[in-house]
Amino acid sequence: MIINERNIKVWSTIGSRATFGIAALELAKEVDNLMVLTCDVSTSAGLDRYRKTYPDKYLDLGIAEQNLIGVAAGLSSEGFNVITTTFAPFQTIRCCEQIKVNIGYMKQKICMVGIASGLTLGNLGFTHCCIEDVGILRTIPGITIISPSDSLETVKALEASIKSDKSIYIRLTGSSNNPIVNDRDYKFEIGKSIELREGKDLTIFCAGAMVYNCLEAAKKLSEKNISCSVVNMHTIKPIDKDAIKKASEKSKLIVSVEEHNIIGGLGSAIAEYKAILNNSPKQLIIGVDDIYSKGGSYKFLQEKHGLTPGKIVDNILQNLK
Amino acid sequence: MDISKDIEKIKNFSTEVKKNILEMAFTAGASSSHFGGALSIVEIISFLFSHKMKIKKNNPNWIDRDRFILSKGHACLAYYAALCEVGYITKEQLKTFEKDDSDLLGHPVINRKLGIDFSNGSLGMGLSLGIGVAIALKKNKKENNIFVILGDGECNEGSVWEAAMAAPNLNLSNLYAIIDNNNFQQTGSNKEIMNTDSLYKKWSSFGWETKEVDGHDIEKLCKIFEESEQSPKPKAIIAKTVKGKGFSFSENNNSWHHAVLSKTLYEQAKKELI
Repeated sequence: MIINERNIKVWSTIGSRATFGIAALELAKEVDNLMVLTCDVSTSAGLDRYRKTYPDKYLDLGIAEQNLIGVAAGLSSEGFNVITTTFAPFQTIRCCEQIKVNIGYMKQKICMVGIASGLTLGNLGFTHCCIEDVGILRTIPGITIISPSDSLETVKALEASIKSDKSIYIRLTGSSNNPIVNDRDYKFEIGKSIELREGKDLTIFCAGAMVYNCLEAAKKLSEKNISCSVVNMHTIKPIDKDAIKKASEKSKLIVSVEEHNIIGGLGSAIAEYKAILNNSPKQLIIGVDDIYSKGGSYKFLQEKHGLTPGKIVDNILQNLK
Repeated sequence: MDISKDIEKIKNFSTEVKKNILEMAFTAGASSSHFGGALSIVEIISFLFSHKMKIKKNNPNWIDRDRFILSKGHACLAYYAALCEVGYITKEQLKTFEKDDSDLLGHPVINRKLGIDFSNGSLGMGLSLGIGVAIALKKNKKENNIFVILGDGECNEGSVWEAAMAAPNLNLSNLYAIIDNNNFQQTGSNKEIMNTDSLYKKWSSFGWETKEVDGHDIEKLCKIFEESEQSPKPKAIIAKTVKGKGFSFSENNNSWHHAVLSKTLYEQAKKELI
């Protein structure tokens, strides 16, 4: 993929879903054995051009996600490099046991892309939001989980996933006009977090669309003389233990921010490791507080669940007292 | 064409499969085994492994092999028994059935060295795998077939029907779904638990080339598979079978779905085999 200022802007405007479709189109040029499998979501996943350009590398299985995973595993077992994609709840929870058996237990390599995860589709209700995917998939051995911070990172994560011999779940959050976190090319490595901002008082770990909000929150905190590290924990599993250890040694407070239930996600993954560290600081886990709220726009739900920069700042200030 | 020699060969193979099943079921001891559902597919699996499928003895990874998936994974006694007869599993290994750290558990675990291409056991997943393999083989210009054995009880699972709907749409003429229609499932007859009604009508209405056959009649099995071969559709073979077939104490007796084979019954069964 050509990574330049123009493309980064375009990808940001169209959002992570459509960017995924463009990235898949590019990958198909060079990956002979690529297969993209969907469940009647080609338009939603930005795959219209892909479908028309590479009909031999595309398969629509209709609205049948259990079959999707089994078919993907069968293709993978015969040497195909398979991407499956549909809306995040259906890509993960609907076919959870197929993922366990085919991808986890049987170790068939598949790259799953969950589109519109988190709260993006809040106005469609919580059938279409997904605040459980990370927690559920994290308990299945052998699956790597990546939550890209912006559209460019979506491209990078997809490229890395196709090259990897591991099964990977890419969790896409954010909508169109996805804010830019990474404004130039950079080194993306699965499992290695990126410290986007350095600070000495506290460290915020975040993933997905929350990374931008956390950078904004850190700016607001600096105005109050609170110096804040912001770490893009794009890979939630395996979690970057070195980054947690380093942060625990220097910070008064560890904060995690995620567009996910506070149970089972990024915050939990950090806490599970941090629990064995000596003298580690307190951790504040910010996310959806284990509730299905009333729905509404993405912005409304971010506000309601304390995920906007302002709300993140308020929560941190309360916990720094 | 005189197929009497083939029939004799398949019959002998199935007798050896039954012997292996008895040994494993007896070895399992108190942990018991899925005896009834394994015996209902003995002739089918023997027909496949000794006659129908393109495989190479002693080489489970031959790239041009036909593929086999035991979707009703709990019938693995019959699967392991057949894999032993084609030289992929030794008699010694059969004795490890369901033992600690064994490669041969009560449901198949993927192990390409032993000829086990996929893990199964959670019902309703095998046919989807078969579709993926069938597409892959077509794309790779291989003329191999894929044989998937499902249970009739397994057809309660919705995922079976997701796969059943997809395969004809994808024109997978290389895919065979063999439904072991023994009329029982774990805790009772199909009729008592979930009436499947006519599996023939269901599969044919989904667009499969569907045939019904006595699943224990080797001559008829040979004939029905040959008749289906030329169809451009995926094939569904509804095999009418008897759960626990072959031994007087287990035939059509659903308490043998998962049961312990005692020393007395083991000895009796061996005599009945002769």
